[in-house]
Amino acid sequence: MSTPFLSLQNLTKRFQAPKGGDALTVFENVNLGIEKGEFVCIIGHSGCGKSTILNILAGLDEPSEGAVIMNGKEVSGPSLDRGIVFQNYSLLPWLSALKNVTFAVQARYKSWSKKQVHDHSMKYLEMVGLAGGAELRKPSQLSGGMRQRVSIARAFAIQPELLLLDEPFGALDALTRGSIQDELIRIWSGSDQTVFMITHDVDEAILLADRILLMTNGPYARVAESVQVEIPRPRERANIIHHADYYDIRNHLVEFLATRSKALAGKQEEGSVAEPSIVRFGAHGVVADPKDNRKPAASQVE
Amino acid sequence: MLASLNARALVLSLVLLAVFLGLWEAASPKQQLAGELTEYELLMGGAEPKAAVPPPSDVIAKAWEELSNPFYDAGPNDKGIGIQIGYSLYRVLTGYFLAAAIAIPVGFLIGMSPLMYKALDPFIQVLRPISPLAWMPLALFVIQDSQASAIFVIFICSIWPMLINTAFGVAGVRSDWVNVARTHELGPLKTAWIVILPAAAPTILTGMRISIGIAWLVIVAAEMLVGGTGIGYYVWNEWNNLDLTSVVFSILMIGVVGMLLDTAFAYCARLVQYQE
Repeated sequence: MSTPFLSLQNLTKRFQAPKGGDALTVFENVNLGIEKGEFVCIIGHSGCGKSTILNILAGLDEPSEGAVIMNGKEVSGPSLDRGIVFQNYSLLPWLSALKNVTFAVQARYKSWSKKQVHDHSMKYLEMVGLAGGAELRKPSQLSGGMRQRVSIARAFAIQPELLLLDEPFGALDALTRGSIQDELIRIWSGSDQTVFMITHDVDEAILLADRILLMTNGPYARVAESVQVEIPRPRERANIIHHADYYDIRNHLVEFLATRSKALAGKQEEGSVAEPSIVRFGAHGVVADPKDNRKPAASQVE
Repeated sequence: MLASLNARALVLSLVLLAVFLGLWEAASPKQQLAGELTEYELLMGGAEPKAAVPPPSDVIAKAWEELSNPFYDAGPNDKGIGIQIGYSLYRVLTGYFLAAAIAIPVGFLIGMSPLMYKALDPFIQVLRPISPLAWMPLALFVIQDSQASAIFVIFICSIWPMLINTAFGVAGVRSDWVNVARTHELGPLKTAWIVILPAAAPTILTGMRISIGIAWLVIVAAEMLVGGTGIGYYVWNEWNNLDLTSVVFSILMIGVVGMLLDTAFAYCARLVQYQE
């Protein structure tokens, strides 16, 4: 098997206890591979360390053990090869929407002229529907949805190899969320961008992702399952729910969050398989990976 | 009741001013030159037996006289009010901008480096509460020039609020914004220029505004000590001349100039203000 574009190897994060007690292990031995161009969503309860994994991928945080390899190189420190969209937008409030994008583009393409930078930035702002004067407003004069659009435009405009989205739609209302999801998927399909996204929304994950990673509860959280979403693209919000697999996948995810995330939680046994078990849905229902030595719940077995 | 709040406040201010001036005027003893003079008054050349605070009408007349020719220069002890204020402003602004040139970079350093913060904090805590005028003898001895000493006193009194506010503003820049700089691979200088300076600018400007207020308070006292020129010297000189009308007039002028300085900095502060 060739090395994947992005691989997480035995990633572990521990927080030192304040007075020399036992360190708190947030997650342990996370092993993952993500292929180029893949759209991966990660789901899990609060506190399982999703955001910490994302911050490590971004280079903003460091793992206690293990490493992240991207393109054959170990990730250390932040880089323009990895773009990030945060839930709180992280726009600079004293700059206009346009300037928030141009400073990033300027940082990425240092040799470009002012005009090139401006045109490139406008192209991406137009893609997310911000043009005709709105791009000159300050973030405080934009709605939450508009701010997140600027943030997405900024992340895509620097054309990173890996795009990291930390609950980008968490603070938005359902209608706005829907339309920005459509925009996100449209921009993504026009590129060969690899996306790693945290979400709490099961339907959002099925709509967007090629693969959904499920994390157990912390401490000692781990990525327990990797659910393949093989519903063909382009997916439409209105039609996707009629696909034969949709509710099987959805039920599987909800059931994981409701019961198995807790049941599988806790310290891993020595020598157990660190890779997540792969779950596929097809004509024959659930097919658990034969390598898996943890038996799925009885109802999941054919 | 239809008038706006501002209009009503203006009317009330004017009423209060009129009442205040009226009471002041009424409380001031009238000149009694009309009647026949007693022997004592003749001896005193018709002057009042007791010096009194001049009525506002005298002060207004004095203000008119001074302000209609503010820049005359008739020798060391007789200069127009404009020249005196000019000297004071020159000293304040020189000392103040020298202080800013040091306080803002050092404040950046302290704000960005916890090590520097801890190392410099004891010095700041000891030096900050010293009354700026306490430095005057030392400054006069070391610098050996009264003008430069006055500027030094302004420098030393205006440096602390700027230094502390800059450090506080820089240290308090939201980590989200610093992360934006990090993920876009901005170097330290670019990070300071694109992210930290604009983010901390409102706090820095607040410190600058406090400093200019303090500097203007201190210059009056400093000039009373060093003498020669300036609005502080003018007040003291007129007191020695027993010209209370000029004293009251110059007190008002100190207030007006202080207000203008503060307004100017408030305007600058609005320019760098941003809304989250």
